[in-house]
Amino acid sequence: MSADSLLHTPLYRLHEESGGKMVPFAGYVMPLNYADGIMAEHRHVRTHAGLFDVSHMGQVRLRARSGDGDAAAHALERLVPADIVSLKNGRQRYTQFTNEQGGILDDLMVARMGESLLLVINAACKDADIAHLQDELADCLVEVLEDRALLALQGPEAEAALAKLAPAVRDMKFMDVRDVDVDGALCTISRSGYTGEDGFEISLPAMDASRVARKLLEQPAVKLIGLGARDSLRLEAGMCLYGSDIDETTTPVEAALEWSIQKSRRRGGVREGGFPGADVILAQLEGGVSRRRVGLLPEGRAPLRGGAPVYEDAEFTKPLGKVTSGAFGPTVEAPVAMGYVATASSAPQTPVVAELRGRAVPAVVHVLPFVAARFKR
Amino acid sequence: MTLYFTKEHEWLRVEGDTAIVGITKHAAEELGELVFVETRDAGTVVQAGDSIAVVESVKAASDIYAPVDGEVLDNNPQLSDDPARVSSDPEGEGWIVKFRLAKPEQLAALMDADAYAAFIA
Repeated sequence: MSADSLLHTPLYRLHEESGGKMVPFAGYVMPLNYADGIMAEHRHVRTHAGLFDVSHMGQVRLRARSGDGDAAAHALERLVPADIVSLKNGRQRYTQFTNEQGGILDDLMVARMGESLLLVINAACKDADIAHLQDELADCLVEVLEDRALLALQGPEAEAALAKLAPAVRDMKFMDVRDVDVDGALCTISRSGYTGEDGFEISLPAMDASRVARKLLEQPAVKLIGLGARDSLRLEAGMCLYGSDIDETTTPVEAALEWSIQKSRRRGGVREGGFPGADVILAQLEGGVSRRRVGLLPEGRAPLRGGAPVYEDAEFTKPLGKVTSGAFGPTVEAPVAMGYVATASSAPQTPVVAELRGRAVPAVVHVLPFVAARFKR
Repeated sequence: MTLYFTKEHEWLRVEGDTAIVGITKHAAEELGELVFVETRDAGTVVQAGDSIAVVESVKAASDIYAPVDGEVLDNNPQLSDDPARVSSDPEGEGWIVKFRLAKPEQLAALMDADAYAAFIA
């Protein structure tokens, strides 16, 4: 995609004013980092509060043509393995769009808000997801919320910072979603995020985004954080990046995401199956899989990167799988990675060997997350 | 002692037939804080364009290429404990490898400080 066809978010000017190093990402020009750099920004989120512009992500309102919220929930269950029907009003849940092979077309957040479902989908999958919803859910209206921005405020001081503008957020728990007035802007706020820290995602009208962001940034605890630190934070938190750790060739069970498939959708459940690839995924839930997504902690200081092959032995004769994401973890203060290995080698502490520039790098399978989550449950 | 620069944002400080090689301040700023530096072993003979080191930031690995033909003589021993030295002082304490020039005449194709300043402007 050429530079002039890249899209800007409503915070583009703020990023430029703030010294953002702007890079193309999923069709948008987004800040990779600001003057402090990825390491400092990462640490700031873990110790204070970081403000991320994630307006490139897709926001979709799904409603049944009948107008009934339960009908919309039943409809969405035709595309995802999570229990959406029993998702309570004002609550949010993580799930995936699956294909007929049980692979993952995208991962997403779903919130029940009255008679609507609010979906947050990945930027790079936006067009495909919207077409998928429109094609498969003829009984629903798919409204793409083009005129809304999305901010994430994450970190141990996020609650105090946001509560200054909207005291009601103090009462929210992890995965709660509420409509909240923030400085006159009609926001839909969820207590969730992509860092492993407590925090919020704030959906708001595009025209209010810059003003609300600047209000939050007036507080000394809050700093702008770029996509670079967002990636190292989510990696330490053990969260998947679509396109790297999960894709159309990986199933939710292989990806160790079975916690996101509730009992009601499993074999013997009240609404068993009924989503694309259910036969594959439900069989895997009972019979197991041949490979699993795991954390990998390499010895030494050299980061393993996505694509690095993983073996049982230092002679590279017994392949086990490959690394799908890797970076230096600023909080762990060591390189961290995740990837897929044969199930027999997926138990924590199993020694493995990764190939890095032709060299054997010993690593151990590590339980995910690398940094304990600090959600407000 | 003469200072040369490459289009790949490296500098060479040449004395006789040896050169100290590092990355420029501009490159260091672009890469961000480094977390790991790995160099080819002393004695490795390389041609211009071959990788002589890898520098890693949080996010990505970048190769450092041999600017001219030669042989790796030594590396900066302080970088294994403190790779961020490359970020904080790229054109001084953060030097990366010591290099023997096989064909010093190849230096003529490189830039001087003024040409490099114009190149990145």
